Amino acid sequence: MKKRLLIVFMVLAMVASMFAGCQAAPAGQDTPDAPSADEQVSAAPEEPTESEESEEPVTISFVNYSAIEGNAETIDRMKETFEAQNPNITVEIETLGYDDYYTQLQTRIAGSNAPDCFELEFGPFVSFADEGVLYDISSMMSGIDTNVVSQSSLDAFKYNGANVALPYSYSTCILVYNKDLFDEAGIAYPDDTWTWEDINTAGEAIKALGDDHYGIIQPVSTYELFKVVAQNGGSLLNEDNTQFTVNSPENVETLTYLCDRILNTNIAPTAQQMGSLDEWGVFMQGNTGMIVTGIWCFTRFAEECDFAWDICVEPGNKAKATHYFANGLAVSGSTQKAEAAYKWIEFLSTGHDMAMARVEAGWELPCASYDDVLALYLETTPPDNKQAVFDSLEYVVSQPKITEFSQMGDILNTELQAATAGQKTPQQALDDAQAELETVIDLTD
Amino acid sequence: MKNKNSKGLLTALPFLMPSIGGFLLISLIPILFSLALSLTSYSGLKGLDIFSAEFWQQNFVGFENYQKIFSGSEFWDSLLHIGYFIILYIPLMLASSLGIATLLNKPRKGSVFFRVLFYIPVLTSWVAGAIIWRWVLDPQYGVLNDLLAKVGIQGPGWLQDGNWAMVGIVLASVWKDMGFYGLIFLGGLKNINPEYYEAAQMDGAGKTQKFFKITMPLLSPIIYFALVLSLINAFMIFAQVMIMTGGGPYGSTEVIVERIYNYAFHYHKMGYASALSWILFAIVFVLTFIQQKAQKKWVNYDA
Repeated sequence: MKKRLLIVFMVLAMVASMFAGCQAAPAGQDTPDAPSADEQVSAAPEEPTESEESEEPVTISFVNYSAIEGNAETIDRMKETFEAQNPNITVEIETLGYDDYYTQLQTRIAGSNAPDCFELEFGPFVSFADEGVLYDISSMMSGIDTNVVSQSSLDAFKYNGANVALPYSYSTCILVYNKDLFDEAGIAYPDDTWTWEDINTAGEAIKALGDDHYGIIQPVSTYELFKVVAQNGGSLLNEDNTQFTVNSPENVETLTYLCDRILNTNIAPTAQQMGSLDEWGVFMQGNTGMIVTGIWCFTRFAEECDFAWDICVEPGNKAKATHYFANGLAVSGSTQKAEAAYKWIEFLSTGHDMAMARVEAGWELPCASYDDVLALYLETTPPDNKQAVFDSLEYVVSQPKITEFSQMGDILNTELQAATAGQKTPQQALDDAQAELETVIDLTD
Repeated sequence: MKNKNSKGLLTALPFLMPSIGGFLLISLIPILFSLALSLTSYSGLKGLDIFSAEFWQQNFVGFENYQKIFSGSEFWDSLLHIGYFIILYIPLMLASSLGIATLLNKPRKGSVFFRVLFYIPVLTSWVAGAIIWRWVLDPQYGVLNDLLAKVGIQGPGWLQDGNWAMVGIVLASVWKDMGFYGLIFLGGLKNINPEYYEAAQMDGAGKTQKFFKITMPLLSPIIYFALVLSLINAFMIFAQVMIMTGGGPYGSTEVIVERIYNYAFHYHKMGYASALSWILFAIVFVLTFIQQKAQKKWVNYDA
């Protein structure tokens, strides 16, 4: 009996090792000629290109999150145009939902099953680049006209001196205001000269219109805060990103300003007053004077707001500062088809057709700027003051380039929520955040 | 006898292969991998080459992950939150599912319909359920606070209030699970021989006496089963937290699995997440072990 059992277990063990073998093999097998490709950003730029005859048909896989719903049609049209121009390349597009996009992408890369090229945001971009899973495309970029795609937006996707992604699309944050409510309260519309104080004054006037009215709605979160502290001359990290400066006096002052609006004057709604609605939901109800949000709200607001609205550059305090979100396109570090994949992402990033299609579809703004595309963008209303979108680019502060930004964001958010709920004073919340960040995140490595 | 038995095993093995293979491939091997990973600083972003010496040279950190978990406050806080959840959830769940079972046990018109009705939440996906509950618990427009206002109670901010968010999650979880446990209890009730009740009736026992002296003891194996299952599930709550609160407000509903998910897929610390899941495993294992030992004192298998 015992012997037989032993045999059974040995068989099982053999099976187990067989499966283990299967699992281990692809990781080693997949990149025999470029084993260092996973390791370093700057690895093996030429090798895969040699194996690629321009005549030979290649199929590349592209994974993205932004071509959802109506935009799928646009990107399919672009794919047809691209394939007509490059008859030897076939593109396979896969669009994943944003909510679990990075989970899926990460799993595929870790499972040595990475797509040849993919879309990624500026935030996670740093983590991916730091792990060396992005291809160094610096040497392929000679064809890009910096009059079309600005040098600064190309540089934004540099990591350790190497270009590892191309800018794809961008958006900024602006102040949207409900014109009808400003008329009702008999006060002047916001403009680019406004400061925090003007917001408070106008907010109180609109709040006075009724119990369920609010002056302004602005999320108090990490993403919002790093820009708002800059409006007050502060920052969340020191200049070379080696130290947290979360509880500096400027930052405490900033958070106090944001919390006062919620807890004291209540010109901004509390979490409970908002309930299950999000910021847009509250604003679209028509009882809120102003909202600080991203330009991707335009399509939805144009469709669903039954009041007049317009935009202006976000007011600052000591300085003006605005937020800039960028999406990039990267080639996978382990792909064998880097050349073809790069052609496709360059087409998406810099092509005139793509830029035009984006604007026509009301998608996020293309990073490539063409005069006729811009003209069309400005013509599309509401909002009337579309120029504010471009004006706000002058005050962009960029998000800190640290690999642990998403964890930093969560830690800080927890404390910010405690402050806006009145559970902690702004000083206490930022002190606690600073202490927690210092213990959890090591900025020196 | 001896021979026959082992022969049976060998004969059975080929037939078991598909499921054993699946178990090894998608459960056991990844589980062992995660144990190895819990000793590393692996990010989860790169291809995993767990058998190469290089991988271990670069990533091996010993027990640093475990040490970090135990020395930080985050883990203990999330345990505390789960403790709070359990204290509220288990009594409520047991009471409501026992209640349902007793109601459905009496032959009535339409009891099959009600059985289905109570079971529907079990079949509903957590995503849909959690979104419904987010709406039900809305402080201003929610159904629950509306009802409370009708009887003169000013309802709390539920999911937007750190003191009440976990209570909201408990309510949703009870709603979701009571049909399942109710059905199990119903099975248990149907198994109790009605003669016991008749005998008790003759001896002049009242309703409560019958419940505590007959129903409860004879149902104890089922209650035990429900307790073990719900305790294990309580430690693994995730979907409802993720969708209803995302761990907020101000971290008041952060729980272990939510932390594991965030560490693995948002913070890119797969090693740390693996260590956290092994600690969770240890907790669940020890608790089940204790319950297994303690059940002898009160579970009655004589029925």
